Amino acid sequence: MIPSGDYIRILPEIVLSIFGMLVMVIDPLLGENDDRKSIGVVSAIGALLALGATFIMAGHPGEAFYNILRVDDFAVFFHVVVILIALACILMSFEYLKVQEIRQGEYYGLILFGTVGMCLMSSAIELVMLFVAIEISSISTYILAGFRRRAAESAESSLKYFLLGSFATAFFLYGIALMYGATGSTNVDAIAAALRQGTPVMAYLAIALMMVGLGFKVAAAPFQVWTPDVYEGAPAPVVALMSTGPKAAAFAVLLRVLFGTAAPGWFWAVWIAAALSMTIGNFGALVQTNVKRMLAYSSIAHAGYLLVAFIAVRNMEQGVSAAMFYTAAYAAMNVGAFAVVSHFASAGEKYVSIEDYAGLGRRSPVLAAVLTVFLLSLIGIPITGGFFAKFYVFRAAVSSNLIWLTVIGLVNSAIGSYYYLRLLVMMYMKEPQSEESVPSVPFAAGFAMAGCVVATLYLGVFPNRVLQFAIESARTLVH
Amino acid sequence: MAEITTLHYLVVAAALFLTGVIGVLTRRNVIIILMSIELILNAVNLNLVAFSRLYNLHGQVFAIFIIADAAAEAAIALGILIAFFRNKETVNMDEVDLLKW
Amino acid sequence: MLETVLFLIFAAICVGGAINLLAQKHPISSALSLIVVMGSLAMVYLLLGAEFVAAVQIIIYAGAIMVLFVFVIMLLNAGEEERSATGSRVAMVLGVPGLLAAAVTTGWVLTRHGPASTPVVLGEFHGSAHAIGRLLFHEFLLPFEVTSVLILVAIMGAVVLARRGE
Repeated sequence: MIPSGDYIRILPEIVLSIFGMLVMVIDPLLGENDDRKSIGVVSAIGALLALGATFIMAGHPGEAFYNILRVDDFAVFFHVVVILIALACILMSFEYLKVQEIRQGEYYGLILFGTVGMCLMSSAIELVMLFVAIEISSISTYILAGFRRRAAESAESSLKYFLLGSFATAFFLYGIALMYGATGSTNVDAIAAALRQGTPVMAYLAIALMMVGLGFKVAAAPFQVWTPDVYEGAPAPVVALMSTGPKAAAFAVLLRVLFGTAAPGWFWAVWIAAALSMTIGNFGALVQTNVKRMLAYSSIAHAGYLLVAFIAVRNMEQGVSAAMFYTAAYAAMNVGAFAVVSHFASAGEKYVSIEDYAGLGRRSPVLAAVLTVFLLSLIGIPITGGFFAKFYVFRAAVSSNLIWLTVIGLVNSAIGSYYYLRLLVMMYMKEPQSEESVPSVPFAAGFAMAGCVVATLYLGVFPNRVLQFAIESARTLVH
Repeated sequence: MAEITTLHYLVVAAALFLTGVIGVLTRRNVIIILMSIELILNAVNLNLVAFSRLYNLHGQVFAIFIIADAAAEAAIALGILIAFFRNKETVNMDEVDLLKW
Repeated sequence: MLETVLFLIFAAICVGGAINLLAQKHPISSALSLIVVMGSLAMVYLLLGAEFVAAVQIIIYAGAIMVLFVFVIMLLNAGEEERSATGSRVAMVLGVPGLLAAAVTTGWVLTRHGPASTPVVLGEFHGSAHAIGRLLFHEFLLPFEVTSVLILVAIMGAVVLARRGE
């Protein structure tokens, strides 16, 4: 018999799955010409309920289902982040799907099911469960990337994402198989216990292969090549989701695997990946003319900053909590930026080049102001979440004596501010190219943008509560 | 004749893995790339089953999950390829050039 | 003795099939080699005593998945690939040493692993359907159930992507 408490520990996942199926049932019941917004509303309600379920879940920490997963503060943190991301993406899709004439039923279903996978990624402590969760999240994003059926780029984006993604998963699996061979277990705690006894050589190769796989998922260099193409071709709200949700979950997995299993010998690998990601991301972004591609390179750079926190662990709580804080701040500002991009893109994603943003400050002051907040946060200007995110990461790096990496990071932040500022200059200093009025922001998308602005500013003004929670979560990570 | 140990099975798995990686990196035909990925997954399964002999049955159960996942991935591959083919009429990666590779 | 001979035969078929998969130009020939690999791997699993995995390998891999592959090849009428000559020299210069390094490292790591030198005795079966079933519905109940979400997502995806534009 499985104790009923175990079901509470997967309550958010249960709620999300039920609503995913509900969406699929409602879709065919609606007539051909009915307004399908109701499906979106149902999925938004589902995400909200899942958020509530997460708080119930938080009250029942512990292992569930024969040590398959563990609910701790760490898992709760990432559940909240991932579900909020999904909610924002659902809200910004209402108008987008109608404008782009995309079929809606399966779209929302896939977002909800994908979120199930991402949630489980943050709480799984058994590699089998981890693998199934990663696959759910990946497969649903592969499909979502191909949803702009009229655009050839979308199908291509989906194909590239799928091929490289499943190649990466295969590496990850080979790593898991070797880890099982090295330690005789697929449970994170048991692996940690075995590795503390002594480290077989095979464990090093296993960790290396697992990191290759996860490196692809978080788009860290040198495994970032797919990112710009996939982000350019995929629908904008989907990019908002896949540049934050699966990434946050993959970082959670990386934290669990590297720290939870007391894995050996990854310091220099992460060091190089962090330095490369920051540099390639920022320099790549400098030359882009497409906003989605620019944000894709920017997301590579941010993955680099985040990886700095992974090795800044002389004081483990400081490093891990900095990484978690960064994930949350990055999610808020990046989802927000893509919310603006997806609204502004219009039918067929016409307006996605940087020139199109010329004069946006005059054409639509509110939209421009909102985007400004996110761009300033991405640069890392004070009173935005991006500032404290970078501050905590580099503070942890300095106190771990990672001076060179800190220097590389700060130089990169300076370079990075150039391309964000270029977009700002374009919006406020340049004459508009067309006098065509920007459609006003619909309620749902506006709500998503407002939520992201509030989250970005909240993290920038009152970072302490979230940071404290992250520090406590970091303590629960190692057993 | 020498005794066959677990190591021999692991070497076969490693050979399959490397062959698969070479296939993914050198072939341009999407379908052959997919088959190479299947080769890697099979190498993983062989590893798991061979290790499973040393420890417990968990390795074999893991292999079954991987087989289930491979089926799911193959189904998706079918869908994505059909959607792609409708737009481009090719399965060669060289012609996948709308977005710079 | 018998297990040595059987292992050598099936391992050779398996690796040979994999290499042939890459050597063939036409996707159908590659698919057939992959089926050979799958089939001989099932035999290798039997030598390891994993009877249930061997059966699943034949039924799902060699059966369902490969049928899907052949179906895709037929449906898309995929012909021989045109190989581009450019880049092949770069691949030789970088790829061959890289490959050798990877092979040597992997081999070295594997031989350094102590437990791997236990002999494999034929007929020592473990991995019956009964034992696997118990594990699937006890220790691995949750992943097993969650796999249904995975399959559901895959079905939805295949339907959505393959549907004609409305």
